[in-house]
Amino acid sequence: MSIALERSAPAPGAVPPGAGAGRQVWRRVRRRPSALAAAAVLALLVLLALAAPLLSHLTGQDPGAYHDDLVDSARGGVPLGSFGGISADHWLGVEPGTGRDLFTRLLYGARISLLVALGAVAVQTAVGVGVGLAAALGGRFAGRLIGLATDVMIALPMLVIGIALTAVVPPDFPRPLLLILLIGLFDWGGTARMVRAQTLALRGLDFVDAARLSGNGTLRIACRELLPSLAAPVITIAAIKVPTAMVAEASLSFLGVGVKPPTPSWGQMLSSAQTWFRADPAYVLLPAGLLFVTVLAFTVLGDAVRTALDPREGSRLRVGTGKESKA
Amino acid sequence: MTRFVLQRIGGALLVLLALSVLIHVLFYFAPGDPARLACGERCNPQQIAQVREQLGLNESAVAQYLHFLQGLVAGRDYSAGAGQALHCDAPCLGFSYQTDQQVTGLILTRLPATLSLALGALAIWLLVGVGTGLLSALRRGGITERLLTVLTLAGTGTPVFILGLLLLMAVCAYLQWLPFPTYVPLTEDPEQWAWNLLLPWLTLGLFESAKYARLTRSSTLEALAEDHIRTFRAYGVGERALVTRHAVRGAVAPVIALSAVDFGTMIGGAVLTESLFGIPGLGKTLIDAVRVVDLPVVVGVVLAIGAAVVVAGAIADLLYAAADRRVALA
Repeated sequence: MSIALERSAPAPGAVPPGAGAGRQVWRRVRRRPSALAAAAVLALLVLLALAAPLLSHLTGQDPGAYHDDLVDSARGGVPLGSFGGISADHWLGVEPGTGRDLFTRLLYGARISLLVALGAVAVQTAVGVGVGLAAALGGRFAGRLIGLATDVMIALPMLVIGIALTAVVPPDFPRPLLLILLIGLFDWGGTARMVRAQTLALRGLDFVDAARLSGNGTLRIACRELLPSLAAPVITIAAIKVPTAMVAEASLSFLGVGVKPPTPSWGQMLSSAQTWFRADPAYVLLPAGLLFVTVLAFTVLGDAVRTALDPREGSRLRVGTGKESKA
Repeated sequence: MTRFVLQRIGGALLVLLALSVLIHVLFYFAPGDPARLACGERCNPQQIAQVREQLGLNESAVAQYLHFLQGLVAGRDYSAGAGQALHCDAPCLGFSYQTDQQVTGLILTRLPATLSLALGALAIWLLVGVGTGLLSALRRGGITERLLTVLTLAGTGTPVFILGLLLLMAVCAYLQWLPFPTYVPLTEDPEQWAWNLLLPWLTLGLFESAKYARLTRSSTLEALAEDHIRTFRAYGVGERALVTRHAVRGAVAPVIALSAVDFGTMIGGAVLTESLFGIPGLGKTLIDAVRVVDLPVVVGVVLAIGAAVVVAGAIADLLYAAADRRVALA
């Protein structure tokens, strides 16, 4: 059993790396209706976010334009009309107080959410994989030092250090980039730990020894032999991290230390929505619902990717003692 | 066991030391002038120079850090201009010139609010989260389990402030069962304290419950697959007794360990809940200090929070080892 397993898949993942692996994962993910629905929701959202300038042009609405005539200044700026001022021009109504178009603001907010979440996960993954590989393949001292750095990273709650660092960053530093760096550079501890553990397990296998005996250097072995085998667990952890990063961006913006106005962001809208609970509930529910659905869709999809890449699930070979299958 | 305990404590101390170095590097030695930032936009060069002098930024990096360590262990003096000195008692985490107080003292006055919030949330997630997890382990394959799985999945992904906002909107704005919460200290009026903290407790407790339901379910199911349970089952022990009396033991160690970690994180990390409900705890202190760039408070609070997380992590490991002896022997 173990021989067959090693030949077909040297990695701890059941899906063989390389060409076709992505298609195989997709085939497994597709079998779950919930994952399919999540993927469809996300595809639509990405499309809408990409098309935001176009849609803004088509509807003739600028996300930054004020419309004083659409809010009731006598009642503190509540949008005129029902459901937050929905009309043929303003499909989802307008922002209370300013009268800015909510539909285009939500779309531009989606751009920020997606950009920061995906960018931050890319940074996290790159740093985590690099540090994890270095910790496993470097000498004893390097391993200890990197292990300590990883522990420190895990000890620092990302939100806390993120909030704190916004105090010392120059105000003219581009905010979306800052958020990508903050979320990316302070939340790679888990990835690094996992990569280190997996690399240590892989290092003792025959194909790595073979590569070493043929005269390959450590760097070459890391890139050519180990990285492809690490693909499955790394993709899994990255997929799981996307919703976390998105929530982190929304949280920082909600606290007022994220994206700066006038750039719209969902977290920032929710923060200002707190004063409009009764007067304009649509202003609370729209960004909240959008954020909830997006994060949930990423979570469901991440879960499906994890299951698809999990060697214990869907593998034709029964590995282990059978205990795992029940759990 | 003793060796394991000592090793774990030594490790925690090392992480704390490294953490304090990192935070000093990030905040005081990074490009950009901390004195100018701390002073604000309208400061003239003399004022900036004075702040630099007060914060001790003229010293070398190593000297600054050593002074910090000295203050932590034995207290230190800060210059207050004109040859005067401000004394900061040990453990000194810094001195806030903007509010004219010691950072350690500030943190201690804010701690009761944070602890109030964290303790109530802990009670809720142990009750609701673990209870839900056990229920779902007991009714495997049924509609209850599917429903719980969906609910916990939705719960783990939702940002905590959305849950809080919706609760506030429903309970306070529409149903008007409760007034909008304002924090009342326990020592002032215990009844008002509890009523005002009810929504924050529910928000944080239910939010965390999702995670604990998942954890309890999976560890109980794992325990159910073990050999001794199979033996019990063969002897005719009923399914309910198997789960509630025997398999649940498998969930005790991970739940205790994760609870310790989360409790520690919450002592500093409940920034969102504190800020949403206006609870004057550590997280709110941090965000307020960031808004006015009160650098000594920011650095002090981050250090305190990091220390809480590290200590909680060490306690979690020790508790885990106490609940499951195999860990310490490994």
